[in-house]
Amino acid sequence: MSAAVDTAPANIAATADTRDGRAPWALTAPALMLFVGVLVIPLAMTVMLSFHDWGQYKGIEPIFILKNWREIATDPYYAEMFWRTFRIALLTTLITAMFGAPEAYILNRMSGRWKSFFLLVILGPLLISVVARTLGWALLFGGNNGLVNKFLMSLGLIGSPLPFMFTETGMVIALAHVMMPFMVLSVWTALQRLDPQIENAALSLGAGSFTIIRRIVLPQIMPGVLSGAIIVFSLSASAFATPAIIGGRRLKVAATLAYDEFLNTLDWPLGAAVAVLLLVALVLIVVGSNALIERRYAEVFR
Amino acid sequence: MSFLELDRVAKQFGPQTVVNDFSLTVGKGEFVSFLGPSGCGKTTTLQMIAGFLDPSRGAIRLEGRDLTAVQPAKRGLGVVFQSYALFPHMTAAENIAFGLEMRRVPRAECRERVRAALEMVGLAGYEERYPRRMSGGQQQRVALARALVIRPSVLLLDEPLSNLDAKLREDMQIELRQIQRNLGTTTILVTHDQNEAMSLSDRIVVMNQGRIEQIGTPQETYERPASAFVSQFLGKTNDFAATIDLTATPRRLTAGSWSAPAPAGVAGPVTVSIRPERIGFGDAGIAAKIVTRIFQGNHWLFQCESECGSVIVIRQNDGQPQPAEGEAVRLAWRPEDMSLRGAGGTA
Ligand SMILES: Nc1ncnc2c1ncn2[C@@H]1O[C@H](COP(=O)(O)OP(=O)(O)O)[C@@H](O)[C@H]1O
Ligand SMILES: [Mg+2]
Repeated sequence: MSAAVDTAPANIAATADTRDGRAPWALTAPALMLFVGVLVIPLAMTVMLSFHDWGQYKGIEPIFILKNWREIATDPYYAEMFWRTFRIALLTTLITAMFGAPEAYILNRMSGRWKSFFLLVILGPLLISVVARTLGWALLFGGNNGLVNKFLMSLGLIGSPLPFMFTETGMVIALAHVMMPFMVLSVWTALQRLDPQIENAALSLGAGSFTIIRRIVLPQIMPGVLSGAIIVFSLSASAFATPAIIGGRRLKVAATLAYDEFLNTLDWPLGAAVAVLLLVALVLIVVGSNALIERRYAEVFR
Repeated sequence: MSFLELDRVAKQFGPQTVVNDFSLTVGKGEFVSFLGPSGCGKTTTLQMIAGFLDPSRGAIRLEGRDLTAVQPAKRGLGVVFQSYALFPHMTAAENIAFGLEMRRVPRAECRERVRAALEMVGLAGYEERYPRRMSGGQQQRVALARALVIRPSVLLLDEPLSNLDAKLREDMQIELRQIQRNLGTTTILVTHDQNEAMSLSDRIVVMNQGRIEQIGTPQETYERPASAFVSQFLGKTNDFAATIDLTATPRRLTAGSWSAPAPAGVAGPVTVSIRPERIGFGDAGIAAKIVTRIFQGNHWLFQCESECGSVIVIRQNDGQPQPAEGEAVRLAWRPEDMSLRGAGGTA
């Protein structure tokens, strides 16, 4: 009897709780469904696809087989291709950091009107298609007809066209150009958080301008440089348009290879395996380096 | 003896003159405050001394040497900023050691001086703390220690206490004054808080719109304000118009039906200025009615309406009965408590 009396209010509280507990789910359901529908399901299907069999004449056979993964693991062609992909992404990241960080710093020191003008110049390219920007490089350096090559050859400075198209160097330069705004933006954001008097404080303590940059500014914008690096690295490693235009089918990276397997060879399962491996490797690298950065800077910037 | 000297210094930003005709000599070991409302050019003046800004005109000299020719990094001045501007990626000890490192002080001596500096500001044991993990008051102390550890010839403080709450601010004022006395460092403080300027400084430079209104000891500026601006800015005051009647002998100062013997040397229309705490309720004097009465703990604040306009009176809460609201009173003061300004300025 007394037990019934005691539990009655508890029951009411419990139902209220479950009602409250359901509300967030109901509210997030549309977004959740979209997320599952356009991301999780296709991704799961791609993973499954990578375990299917494929033959020139029989097409895709939905059975469980490790053939594709074994091929990627044993054929050195794939190792070389993945190694090239990450080497290009890493070099691109280093170049954008080396040029982007000083660029953002100089930009930040400019006065009002010039600052907004140059910010527009730097960020403007984001509004132009990657294809258009990369084709620009092809027009300048593409073989005998490239504008720069023609000009330099007519001056007699070089005997044959500069090797740019179908080279890793060309790909890195073009990618760095495409990715630069992301690095500048990221460093710029970090610079905005700097105390405007911090350089004066260092100056009054007797530091020269080089020391101020090295000891005071750089350590403080380092998280910005690193997060910019993560963005640039992951975008470069999975970039498609620029490697496709500069490297064509001669110099393949993971994204262009997966594309070829899907649309030219029609070996979807192998293409899926390449795509999944690229995704997994990228996630591991990004999550790992992010964790490292967070740990390194937790004490100072939290 | 002048240690630091500013000679007709001016600063122009485009067409706008932000500091104009600023002349001041500061003695060795002196504590001088720049006091004025926000935007009057205090920070600009301080930054010209520090070297972050170049004066448009005029000269700044330290011990007779032209300071404007010296790089800011070589001036050897200590600066504490309003935002503290601590290096967030360095611990308290690293922050303080930075200036010593720049001076290539040997490591052992450096460590000892950092320890002593932290102890001086009451932060012994906080060596390894990062600024983010310190309270505002603690960050303020680190900033002070960082500026003082290099043994600067002049210490420049830009509103160092304005980010602290009232209680902490008072404690820091006392502490700052003690540290400054002990070290004997010549100090310039920028503030918009008149209480802070008065309780800390040997001399106050009252500024308004880029110009110096008055330079004097806290007592001088409070009791003998050189202009209406100074008397208004330094605490509450009562100003009313009066005339000096030249026809009567001896000459008399009159305002409405009130009159008093006139001091020598002034004639015509004048402004009479009396501090509210110098006015008493008596049997003679200006007739007035009490409009509001506010209790403020250690004193009472009265708002009175008289024929010369509204008058504020402050009376110590000494346990004596005080007049009530609506009561008719007479306001009286000693002649020497009155300060007179003619149309031309000081009397
Ligand atoms: N770099 C600058 N460019 C233009 N005007 C400035 C600059 N710095 C300060 N000012 C102007 O100078 C005036 C005085 O500024 P400041 O010295 O900071 O005043 P305070 O420290 O007394 O509040 C203000 O009106 C401010 O707008
Ligand atoms: Mg200021």
